[in-house]
Amino acid sequence: MRFSEAFRDPALAEKLFTEIARTAETLARSRKTPVTVMEVCGGHTHTIFRYGLKDRLPDTIEFAHGPGCPVCVLPMGRIDDAIALARRPDVILTTFGDAMRVPGAQGSLLQARAAGADIRMVYSPLDALELARKNPDREIVFFALGFETTAPSTALTVLRAAREGIQNFSLLCQHILIVPTLRALLEQPDFAVDGFIGPGHVAMVTGTHPYEFVASTFHRPFVVAGFEPLDILQSLLMVLRQLEAGQARVENQYARVVPPEGNPAALAAMRQVYETRPDTAWRGLGTIAFSGLQLRPTWAAFDAERRFALTPHTVADPASARCGDVLTGRIRPTACPAFGRDCTPDAPLGALMVSSEGACAACYDYEGARQVA
Amino acid sequence: MCLGIPARITGIADAAAMLAEVDVHGVRREVDVLCVAPPDAPLEDLIGSWVLVHVGFAMSRISEPEARATLALLAEMGELHEELTAMQDTGKAGGSHAVQ
Ligand code: SF4
Repeated sequence: MRFSEAFRDPALAEKLFTEIARTAETLARSRKTPVTVMEVCGGHTHTIFRYGLKDRLPDTIEFAHGPGCPVCVLPMGRIDDAIALARRPDVILTTFGDAMRVPGAQGSLLQARAAGADIRMVYSPLDALELARKNPDREIVFFALGFETTAPSTALTVLRAAREGIQNFSLLCQHILIVPTLRALLEQPDFAVDGFIGPGHVAMVTGTHPYEFVASTFHRPFVVAGFEPLDILQSLLMVLRQLEAGQARVENQYARVVPPEGNPAALAAMRQVYETRPDTAWRGLGTIAFSGLQLRPTWAAFDAERRFALTPHTVADPASARCGDVLTGRIRPTACPAFGRDCTPDAPLGALMVSSEGACAACYDYEGARQVA
Repeated sequence: MCLGIPARITGIADAAAMLAEVDVHGVRREVDVLCVAPPDAPLEDLIGSWVLVHVGFAMSRISEPEARATLALLAEMGELHEELTAMQDTGKAGGSHAVQ
């Protein structure tokens, strides 16, 4: 069996599958629709598909693959902004490799690089800063992406650049927050998710307290989870048990990495450097108030948007793409008319098809052959 | 970018700048350790400990068994290779008017 090696403890995995099936059966007796559990984080989405967890679960349980993959929610207009900056001859644009293939209205960063723009993949914002030290005659712009997991790193890099008096380094800041986004999803009247498997590495920074509203205001169980297949099964069972008992609480399955208070140094750096933007566009989800971060006025010198007087682009998502419906759990990836036809990992139409943490790419890679036949 | 990679701290590169040296599956690099620095102890106390590194920043201290299990999982998922390649190729030029 292909799962057996994947689990640190196969016997425990078997027990969890059995217990999940039993709880699901009890739940099914009192409801007509399947139980839908949203895994918020793209890392979890990848694990679920990679290990075919769905195949071992009863039909009365559905996963909805949430918005927690920063590449997948990158709006087209923002890619166009990055390309506009990269085309300036004085600029070296740096970013994480994951962003390179995301399509904008004017193509991807990879295509812009092939057309001559100086775009470099970096592993860390620290490496972008190092390029700034080494190339004092060039402007190094870091296209900063990610949720609360990577936002502190960028903040600490800005503080480092300020300490060192580095003048040729700036950010195109596309850091986004998971908490306001969950709230926006939960406020949608037809949002049919019964409980959440919470993002472990975001919670490592934020702690578990910011999610209390999911339980208290919206009455959904929220279990912060680790990334191994066993972690996901255990967290799923914790969600189902709460539902069975008619409860809604925040629980922490990933306590070995996530302290309830998060990482105080990381949170302090974020507060010092960023403020929320009144409006941030998300691919597939439209605009969500106060869900994105920008530099505080103190750090204006490091803000590429001000430095280069950038006029932000806004571009509507392609009409045939159903990315928003996939992100909110309304449809499965395979129900999008573009899936496997106009949209494949080699030629992605929507960003969910770009990263291995995107629901559509994960679905295509691990289930594709079965689905698009 | 979102999955952390376990690394062992092998030395302190620059204590004032909060930079430590780590070994990630045989690849060495500098990481920022401000977020895991012990509040009332010298940074040297970190040497030998395992941390979860996200984009060049140590974000959490973890146990050795946890680190090894995570490395095994990342290797199996193909993510380990991807991360190590990203670390080694970082900042390399590709555009036509690139400066080395
Ligand atoms: S198949 Fe492509 S267009 Fe359709 S939802 Fe997925 S990523 Fe979006």
